[in-house]
Amino acid sequence: MGKAAIVGVAQTKYERRKKDQIFADLVFDVTREALADAGMTIDDIESVVTVSNDFFDGRTISGMAVGDACGGQDKNISTVSGDGTFGAFYGLMRVLSGFRTTLVVAHYKGSEGSVPVTTNGMFDPLFHRLLGVDAVSSAALQANVYMNRHGVTEEEIAAVSVKNHGNALNNPYAQVPLRITVADVMASRKIADPLKLLDCCPVSDGAAAVIIADEETAKRGGRRPAWVKGVAHCCEDYLLGDRDLADPAALRAAAAKAYAMAGIEDPLSEIDVMEVLEPFSYMEPLWLEGLGVCRPGEGASLVERGVTTMDGRLPVNPSGGALSANPILVAGLARLVEAVLQVRGEAGARQIKGAKTALAHGFNGPCGQSHCVWIVGAEG
Amino acid sequence: MEKNGTPVERLEITFKHPMPYEWSIGRYGSRFFQEIREKRRFIGIRCDGCGSVYVPPRRVCGPCFRELTELVPLSDTGVLTAFSVVNYPFIDPATGELRPIPYTYGYIRLDGADNIFSHLINEKDWHKIKVGMRVRAVFKNPEEMEGNIQDIKYFDLLP
Repeated sequence: MGKAAIVGVAQTKYERRKKDQIFADLVFDVTREALADAGMTIDDIESVVTVSNDFFDGRTISGMAVGDACGGQDKNISTVSGDGTFGAFYGLMRVLSGFRTTLVVAHYKGSEGSVPVTTNGMFDPLFHRLLGVDAVSSAALQANVYMNRHGVTEEEIAAVSVKNHGNALNNPYAQVPLRITVADVMASRKIADPLKLLDCCPVSDGAAAVIIADEETAKRGGRRPAWVKGVAHCCEDYLLGDRDLADPAALRAAAAKAYAMAGIEDPLSEIDVMEVLEPFSYMEPLWLEGLGVCRPGEGASLVERGVTTMDGRLPVNPSGGALSANPILVAGLARLVEAVLQVRGEAGARQIKGAKTALAHGFNGPCGQSHCVWIVGAEG
Repeated sequence: MEKNGTPVERLEITFKHPMPYEWSIGRYGSRFFQEIREKRRFIGIRCDGCGSVYVPPRRVCGPCFRELTELVPLSDTGVLTAFSVVNYPFIDPATGELRPIPYTYGYIRLDGADNIFSHLINEKDWHKIKVGMRVRAVFKNPEEMEGNIQDIKYFDLLP
């Protein structure tokens, strides 16, 4: 692979409802902020990838509606309907195929549709939708499979929520920073057994953007490039019943490819910080198992053992993660933005000291059907 | 944002009319519902590559990327492999109406099948439900059936 770097990032503050801005306004804001961060103007952008989804936006071919707001006028612009990490993957491919720069921008306003209805819309209309399955109830099933498989307790899962909501206190962009205890999580309202309210992400509005550049552009004076060291995505079966929900096979495959590309043999000792997409608390340990941080079934004890806390050997989600703000599609790109800020040493109060190599993860589809893994580094 | 004068109230517009669809259920999906109506049992399909039996039947085996043709009659029983008692309201996508809560969503390995089928479980008390319990489908009466997944009312837990 040729060399490429992320040279500009931006994100909005995530909020339950942004009444002041339509979604094109969010795109306009993060586009200008990412350009400023990269020391660029819109004329420096050679291609654009937007990230949106028609059901979420309530608009057919929703990407068309933000072309002007992201400076796409007279440019090569295309849309990914999936998590922002996949949009960034496509943006990287465009840079590697000859565009010097690609702007990737994702937006989502959970406040404007019905999340149970739009996420029920992910599923097969012939055999599944009429049963009511949606993002939350399918996640509850996956939690049930995972916890039964390994004897994981609800308290262990709750500790992830406590950690991430606590980390969010250091993140000015987070929507739900909370100082809570495992007992608070356990006492919160049952949503879909075994998930309680505080095991679940909030509904969020927001946007994020990254600018990806080729080596020559990234090295130009004044830039603070986060170099792409490794990246991969893999997919497994669509129907939940065709998958082993306690074994994130697509994530294991994507991680293996990204690590090979980055020359990483032991992620636990070679990666300084991870940002993983965990809209439900049980997902963080399950994804860490898929990422090879520990063996299957050992993920749930990582918080208690102090491995993934801010002062641990491998801090996970210093930003507070998706539990603290989950603008769908944007949320994965936000993980990448956070990883870039970490290796630039610009993550403010949530900075992991001396972070040189960071991993960002996003996924698409119910219960993590496909996963995208990014490894970025301070050095090229 | 306003440079002059008093702030302007932020307004909203609401669309309530649904976007209608009419999906074709296809060759094997139609056969699946006909089997329920006529024989009150499930039907799956076997891959002659890996031997897996899928239910509901479909045309392709994902791992083998082979066309499937061998329909396999199954019974009306299986084993519960996961469940969740759901406590938030569910909008029926066919009618737009709210269904009563709680309800139990189940993940069922039908006898003779290799993948997992999902449906509702006729028990709302999670203390009474255990992974590994045997379950049996309860079908509607034939005259009430409409050729969709709700022709199965739910699965009963077997003693």
